[in-house]
Amino acid sequence: MENPSDKNIIKIVELSKTYRVGDLEVPALKTIDLKIDEGEFVAIMGASGSGKSTLMNLLGCLDTPTSGEYYLDGINTNKLTRNEYAAIRNQKIGFVFQGYNLLARTSALENVELPLMYDRAHRINNPAEKALEVLRRVGLEDRIHHEPGQLSGGQQQRVAIARSLVNEPSLILADEPTGNLDSKMSVEIFGLFQKLNDEGITIVLVTHERDFAKFAKRIVELKDGKIIKDHFIKDRLFAREELIKIKEEELA
Amino acid sequence: MEAKNLLRVALKSILKSRMRSLLTALGIIIGVAAVIVMVAIGNGAQKKVEDQIASLGSNLIVVFPGSSNSGGVRMGAGSINRFTMKDVEQIKENATLLKCITPIVSTGGQVIGGTGNWNTRVEGVATNYLEISNWSLASGEFFTEKDVISRTKVAVLGKTVADQLFPNDDPIGQQIRIKNVPFRVIGVLASKGQNVMGADNDDIIIAPATTVLDRLLGGRYISFIMASANSLSQIDQAQAEIETIMRKAHNLNAGEENDFTVRNQAEITQAATETSQVLTILLASVAGVSLIVGGIGIMNIMLVSVTERTREIGIRLSVGARTSDIMIQFLTESIVLSVTGGLIGVLLAFGITFILNEYTSQAAYINPQIIFIAVSFAGIIGIFFGFYPARKAANLNPIDALRYE
Repeated sequence: MENPSDKNIIKIVELSKTYRVGDLEVPALKTIDLKIDEGEFVAIMGASGSGKSTLMNLLGCLDTPTSGEYYLDGINTNKLTRNEYAAIRNQKIGFVFQGYNLLARTSALENVELPLMYDRAHRINNPAEKALEVLRRVGLEDRIHHEPGQLSGGQQQRVAIARSLVNEPSLILADEPTGNLDSKMSVEIFGLFQKLNDEGITIVLVTHERDFAKFAKRIVELKDGKIIKDHFIKDRLFAREELIKIKEEELA
Repeated sequence: MEAKNLLRVALKSILKSRMRSLLTALGIIIGVAAVIVMVAIGNGAQKKVEDQIASLGSNLIVVFPGSSNSGGVRMGAGSINRFTMKDVEQIKENATLLKCITPIVSTGGQVIGGTGNWNTRVEGVATNYLEISNWSLASGEFFTEKDVISRTKVAVLGKTVADQLFPNDDPIGQQIRIKNVPFRVIGVLASKGQNVMGADNDDIIIAPATTVLDRLLGGRYISFIMASANSLSQIDQAQAEIETIMRKAHNLNAGEENDFTVRNQAEITQAATETSQVLTILLASVAGVSLIVGGIGIMNIMLVSVTERTREIGIRLSVGARTSDIMIQFLTESIVLSVTGGLIGVLLAFGITFILNEYTSQAAYINPQIIFIAVSFAGIIGIFFGFYPARKAANLNPIDALRYE
């Protein structure tokens, strides 16, 4: 299954997804092709209904395509069983949702530990220590015993990012990770993604704000279930600099 | 997930939503406790009825005259009347385990009096007849030893006879004619209703045994003898004692067959068995209904709580939980809840039973079988209805479970 000559971490071939609403067939993705290499930072953009969330769910193995092929890290996901799918989600992918999707009334530490509990390979020896380490990486070491209800939106999203990191995935997928956050917090979160990307983690995220998309390295634009633009960013923004600007504006 | 983790997660999740857990457990607690207590009350009532029946005269021993043997053809019991008042005297003098004893001289015939006539059974008995048969008077009085000795023509009417002959008047003091012999009515018996065979117990006239023998029958043989043992536990010994006395009185040698038959309790036991059987069936069906109602309660809460947690299932699936991980988690939770609830229910039932026995007149006895049935039924329902919807949710695509509203 593994193909060492293939450096694409994501390779999709003629991927389609059609939803069925009663008797009506609603195409969400129309035979798209896409390749993403290791170490890339891709922003997927598009209006609502363009199929960007559908694409993310397929990339995250949270949903299955109607037709087409999806190779993740060289593995053809079409041939996988339900349990193998679960293992892929557990070991290869970290998923960050717009609505955080943290377990309620459960501490940040336990939320972050959750993926490790389902890791049958037991790649990480000390789950609690590992969870603490990733929480430190997202700057939440002093909030580990707080429950989601006691954390701000930005902090909750950091917990969710820590959770996506804890299994040392090759790929982090984020579906509108800053959709529920104000702009300052959003910039902070993008800063975190930039930092993680600098450390070598491949990141694919969905955003509908062009300003935020500029924090990525490459933009893929979707419209009506098709890719209409795919280009690298020339005037890339850096969150560190943007944050300094915001602080200056606040002072002025 | 490892067993240790699994139990930890289950306990945490139970404690996390205290209200929901409490409601689920409450369904089981109340269901189990209700069934156990109800059956306990039923058992108590059953025992009470049995006690009452026992006190109604189940210490009863009846001695029938033996069968005759004429030319090799054996006739039925009583085919030759061989009991006389002397037999009664013999038993009365020698028996140590009997409370009281009475001869029964049975006859029947047309009775005229008051406004009409009636064909009925007439029994000549001793003065302690009411005690032996656990009967009582509705009005008037019973005859005395003096009446027995002087063969007074007095009669005590059964309720049916009194109603037939004197529908409008008070029968006490009235004259009746039994087979043309005039008797004075001195009392009316309380109604006893039907016996176990469906015959009317109240269709009877009671008179002194001597009077019936001399004035109505003109003979000296009595039909049978009724006696009452001191206690239920001594009834077999008392029966054996009567046999010994009778054999001696009838001069029977060691090898010879009895020329009489002694029976005890038969009709009473039959009645008791029938009553308790009806009671048991009634209680079992009520218990069954309440178990089912309790089960539906558990079912509801489990269905709602799992549906409510579809998103949680989605989160777990999205970070890599397998379908089986989810199902095992919910199964563990259900088992912990059901077992805890069941145990609390049993404790509660013991508490209620204790209070009933100590502070009320209602006796209650817990049946170990019912504990087992109630707990396992509640447990199975709790587990099944926790497991089944969880399985449904765990089989969804993660994204569908996450989107579930």
